[in-house]
Amino acid sequence: MGAVHHTPVAPQGASFQPGMSHSIPESRLKRQRWYDLAFRNTTRLFASLVLVLLSGILVTLIVGSWPAIKAFGPEFLISTEWNPVTKKFGGLVPVFGTLTTSFIALLIGIPVSFGIATFLTELSPLWLRRPIGTAIELLAAIPSIIYGMWGLFIFAPIFAEHIQPWMIDHLGPIWLIGPLFKGAPQGIGILSAGIILAIMVIPFIASVMRDVFEVVPPMLKESAYAVGATTWEVVWNVVLPYTKIGVVGGILLGLGRALGETMAVTFVIGNAHRVGTSLFSPGNSIASALANEFTEADGVLYTSALVELGLILFLITFIVLALSKILLYQLAKREGTLT
Amino acid sequence: MKRIHRIITPALLALGVCATSGAAAANITGAGATFPYPVYAKWAEAYKAKTGAAVNYQSIGSGGGIKQIKAKTVDFGASDAPLTLADLDKAGLVQFPAVMGGVVPVVNVQGVKPGAMKLTGEVLADIYLGKIKKWNDPAISKLNPDMKLPDVAITVVNRSDGSGTTFIFTNYLSKVSKEWKDKVGNEKSVSWPAATGTGGKGNEGVASFVQRLGGAIGYVEYAYAKQNKMAYALLKNRDGHFVAPDDKSFQAAAAGADWKNAPGFYEILTNEPGKDSWPITGATFILMHKSQANVANAKEVLKFFDWAYKEGNKMAVDLNYVPMPDAVVALIRTEWKDKLKDTSGKPIW
Repeated sequence: MGAVHHTPVAPQGASFQPGMSHSIPESRLKRQRWYDLAFRNTTRLFASLVLVLLSGILVTLIVGSWPAIKAFGPEFLISTEWNPVTKKFGGLVPVFGTLTTSFIALLIGIPVSFGIATFLTELSPLWLRRPIGTAIELLAAIPSIIYGMWGLFIFAPIFAEHIQPWMIDHLGPIWLIGPLFKGAPQGIGILSAGIILAIMVIPFIASVMRDVFEVVPPMLKESAYAVGATTWEVVWNVVLPYTKIGVVGGILLGLGRALGETMAVTFVIGNAHRVGTSLFSPGNSIASALANEFTEADGVLYTSALVELGLILFLITFIVLALSKILLYQLAKREGTLT
Repeated sequence: MKRIHRIITPALLALGVCATSGAAAANITGAGATFPYPVYAKWAEAYKAKTGAAVNYQSIGSGGGIKQIKAKTVDFGASDAPLTLADLDKAGLVQFPAVMGGVVPVVNVQGVKPGAMKLTGEVLADIYLGKIKKWNDPAISKLNPDMKLPDVAITVVNRSDGSGTTFIFTNYLSKVSKEWKDKVGNEKSVSWPAATGTGGKGNEGVASFVQRLGGAIGYVEYAYAKQNKMAYALLKNRDGHFVAPDDKSFQAAAAGADWKNAPGFYEILTNEPGKDSWPITGATFILMHKSQANVANAKEVLKFFDWAYKEGNKMAVDLNYVPMPDAVVALIRTEWKDKLKDTSGKPIW
């Protein structure tokens, strides 16, 4: 409450209208000062609520996973065993599944989103921009269970019958990446989950990219075009550097969705607690393991092992966020805008 | 500001009135197992229409149901897997079976119709252990000499979520295969050993995987196999007969069970004797506190299940559940009389 004595904003603001200043009664000024103070403190309260909530979640996760942390220690991170009967739990399979599927999603999603955003802002005829833009926003609004059911009932059979056999025949023999495309074409598994996730994150990344591409000052672009740059050169050398924070933000938004996506992944990942060498083999992700097993998990150790998986997901998200901030900071430093 | 008060105060008053009038209605709550949810919901609806008393059942899962009843936040809990007598006594609980269901192995092999393939428990266990890898394995063709079995790899499908169905299924495999018992065990979710294993979420997940993947085998509740017209397999029961899954063979399994000598109704109806018994049958259970502080609610719970045993059989059968045999219901009523007391020790039922 010490903020009371440095709030002379209202009288100053009033003095900008010279004709009005003498007509405002003191009581009204006082009341406005009070409103101002209340407003400021309310917003401060709401903002600090975010921090309280975040630390509250973190503390709850740590407390909830403590029995598992105590029982398994750091081995939890490298053990592939997940046996509810013998109460031995390790988190490597779901952690691996979460990271791999998210990686595949970004590998496909980033270039496609970049293409969509570039087309919409640089190349598309004006009349086409609005329908495509709206379509992307609609895609982002589809609930994830719809993607899951579509993935299981429509995508997986087509993938198994037409695309996977081709991959086995043509990508399978290639040195180094060959083993990734071996095994029975079931239509479900790590790769299918990654592709479904890619479809789900594209609208997020693409719409953010489009929005930030649109705010690039036309003068910059037109200057580049004027000195003879191609569209590609403009996008790569003018638009991207100008918008990189927004682009990274969009990618992070997509990655956040991919890491935490539950229902869609559960439908198509195959839900097997195994690490396969092939991308066709079924796996598991943290979120889908939680969705599958939490309701019927009994026993302290089982529940807390699942909560520990949640904690790991929380930390992965945090690390990703921190890394991207560091990346942006390094970029800015290299350009000399920060010292 | 005054104007705001004038709006808010009546609104708050109205809310308060709503809340109190809502709490005044007679209401019992239960929580737990998801497997019997459709039939409990159906019973509750019919019961409310008849008596006006509402039964509010939340299908949060057996684990959650056990936690809630222990914490006394609900009037009854529900679990697909029975608690052992020791666990019941420790928590001061009584359990009794409410309704039964059957688990059915389903296959997707080209040309194999529902009820055509014959399997034994041992073969089923070896398939799920990953030891039998192809459909034309001698162990399977020996049981089905007239069938032309293809040289196709077996894809094993299991439930990915923890479930009573898996509990009953793995209980059966543990009873018929020592290797299964030692290596895998009996739980609501287990570490599946087969290298081709794939997990589907819920009965519908398993059913859709089996229907889609050529060479797949899975296990689902009877209702799903029936509704989806899946190719279920016949199983050899303990008495050496091949039986088909239906109401009669589930009832036979329940009748063959020795409920009288099962303390706390701890009875899992797998691999029961009797020539017509379906070997993978199981009951789902209700949990209540032995000592009841809120006698009115406890009585209401018992009245509800008493009514369900009397009047709810047809509803259960329509939903492909199996009602408890009358002899078992009589035992349950005796158990209520003997075990459920109010705080002064007077029987409630």
